[in-house]
Amino acid sequence: MSETKALESMIGEEYKYGFTTDVEYEDFPKGINEDVVRLISEKKDEPEWMTEFRLKAYRAWTEMEEPSWFNATYEKPKFDKLQYYSAPKNKPKLNSLDEVDPNIRETYEKLGIPLDEQKMLAGVAVDAVFDSVSIFTTFKEKLAEAGVIFCSISEAVHEHPELVKKYMGSVVPVRDNFYAALNSAVFSDGSFCYVPKDTICPMELSTYFRINNMNSGQFERTLIIAEENSHVSYLEGCTAPMYDEHQLHAAVVELIAMDNAEIKYSTIQNWYSGDEDGRGGIYNFVTKRGACRGKSSKISWTQLETGSAVTLKYPSVILQGDNSVGEFFSVAVTNKRQQADTGTKMIHLGKNTKSTIISKGISAGNSNNSYRGQVKISKKADNARNYSQCDSMLIGQTCGAHTFPYIESANPTGKVEHEATTSRVGEEQIFYLQQRGLSEDDAISLIVNGFCKEVLKELPMEFAVEANKLLGIKLEGSVG
Amino acid sequence: MLEIKDLHVEVEGEGIEILKGVNLTVNKGEIHAIMGPNGSGKSTLAKIVAGHPEYEVSKGDILYNGESILELDPDERAHAGVFLAFQYPVEVPGVTNNTLLRESYNTIAASRGREELDPLEFDDYLRDKLELVDMNPDFLERSVNAGFSGGEKKRNEIFQMAVLEPTLSLLDETDSGLDIDALRIVADGINKLHGEDDAVVLITHYQRLLNYIVPDHVHVMIGGKIVKSGGKELAIELEEKGYDWLETHATVNGEAK
Repeated sequence: MSETKALESMIGEEYKYGFTTDVEYEDFPKGINEDVVRLISEKKDEPEWMTEFRLKAYRAWTEMEEPSWFNATYEKPKFDKLQYYSAPKNKPKLNSLDEVDPNIRETYEKLGIPLDEQKMLAGVAVDAVFDSVSIFTTFKEKLAEAGVIFCSISEAVHEHPELVKKYMGSVVPVRDNFYAALNSAVFSDGSFCYVPKDTICPMELSTYFRINNMNSGQFERTLIIAEENSHVSYLEGCTAPMYDEHQLHAAVVELIAMDNAEIKYSTIQNWYSGDEDGRGGIYNFVTKRGACRGKSSKISWTQLETGSAVTLKYPSVILQGDNSVGEFFSVAVTNKRQQADTGTKMIHLGKNTKSTIISKGISAGNSNNSYRGQVKISKKADNARNYSQCDSMLIGQTCGAHTFPYIESANPTGKVEHEATTSRVGEEQIFYLQQRGLSEDDAISLIVNGFCKEVLKELPMEFAVEANKLLGIKLEGSVG
Repeated sequence: MLEIKDLHVEVEGEGIEILKGVNLTVNKGEIHAIMGPNGSGKSTLAKIVAGHPEYEVSKGDILYNGESILELDPDERAHAGVFLAFQYPVEVPGVTNNTLLRESYNTIAASRGREELDPLEFDDYLRDKLELVDMNPDFLERSVNAGFSGGEKKRNEIFQMAVLEPTLSLLDETDSGLDIDALRIVADGINKLHGEDDAVVLITHYQRLLNYIVPDHVHVMIGGKIVKSGGKELAIELEEKGYDWLETHATVNGEAK
């Protein structure tokens, strides 16, 4: 068997999360207009200001044009055919785990995400979002003792309106871009986290997103605020069933870090990526941005992107506070006909601000993997520093890897370093490891893990195993 | 232990014959040296025994412990005790020597029904082996061959051999790129590792290595065939006369080209 074929069969392992859960849904009209936006708001029993926020965003969206500047080609989503709200019929907000629809509980168990607190990994609180609504949040009480608020965004709108009002849209304005505007109009649910002053969040927080309903889009909204001298680490995981149609996922994530605060945000994205011929799969069009508002604050993005048919995603940091630090660590794996255009933006506004970008792209099959990054040093950002490293690994002969770095510096004291490499997993490398007794699967897995090591070690420890497993699933397969 | 019978080998898909009927028998406890000019097929012979996918056997057979191994994958051959010290060891960035060796050792151990070692036991095991090739323990935490000097890479190959304890070691130009001190260390290591139950095949250009490792048999390979075999004195003769007189000999037979 030729090297390429062996590698391709290995990476083409079947998607293991492609099952559907049989759940009854509330009826909701398809398509979008002001009435639909109002109806979403009504379903969620939202206050007037929230409805207005949505309407303002919707009106802005209707005036915006769908972007097409990225390195990907795909059939545009049919916005008038989508269902913008999808909730399981059984009561969406629950007080105890026993009230969760058993089918949904089973789904999370199949995904390896126990909602039962006794069975939880030590120190991880989970918010589970099924289609459009948050199903259950664990460890709430324990977090409350520490003063940490961790709940669904819908709940936060009701329970902590002053915080939501103040911060939502403050990092990603409703008019920021086409998909952010759409999200702002129709967002269904998501996670909210507030860490008060001088508080170290006592456990890892995590949210699992699951798109189940075939025609629904998922528009979640996440807002994390870390007050002065606080620290929080948050992880999101994403999976979806296999359908022939593309599904849209357009999320907005906003992070705010005050003086000396630190937010670590990790993503393990494994949405369904479509089949060999590019049928089906998720469009993952996400706006993620953090603001280092305070002095010496730090925001760190770590992402392991393995799923989705098309990914357009640039988790960014605005370095406002002096001495603030922004980091972006990314592994993006594409295979079959997947297309990923992902990277980051580091906007240096404050003095002595520092940013680090480490991006590892792995392309196989007929996929296309692009890194796109912007480093901007403004006039006032004296002594700003950036280090970027973008490495691409190619597996086989029919995939593509691209790097688009944009550097703008308006301050002569700024220092920007950029390094890029491209390598190919070669027959010789695999033969070498096989000669040392490793199977072809294990050889490739070892090579890829070695390549991604700098990024994987940034993931919270509790999830490192999960990440390795996911890379394994993506890479293992029958050889021969 | 190793029996190569009328082996003809081509580069896969290209139809160019590189080995043109090689016969070689290696018994337990023996050291063989295969010498010859560049492009004679020495390295190909070593790679094909280890199962390199680039080559195709068009005729003949390779028997290992009495059974054909042509259908075995490279890892299965490794499990059976075949080890190739590479002429150009491959870099695997991000994977430490320690990680690779433990995975290799345990995979091979499992396949032979031996006990696997946990990280602590394995660490102890490695320390002893490091001394054999005079390597600094820091080296265990470095990525496999990444940023190694030529000499370090070659020493690493012998270190791996020490750790994996193969029964048939094919050493492909392990001496090239080594300074005289390193050559002595590597040769000492090989001598210590070699015993009654295993066999070593050295592939080399130069007689130099054979001052330190004394072979039982020396073979000269030219144009894809073994054209002459003898004892260790053959190596000395080659050092004096070069390969020309043998090349003439080979062409006379009309089979070299």
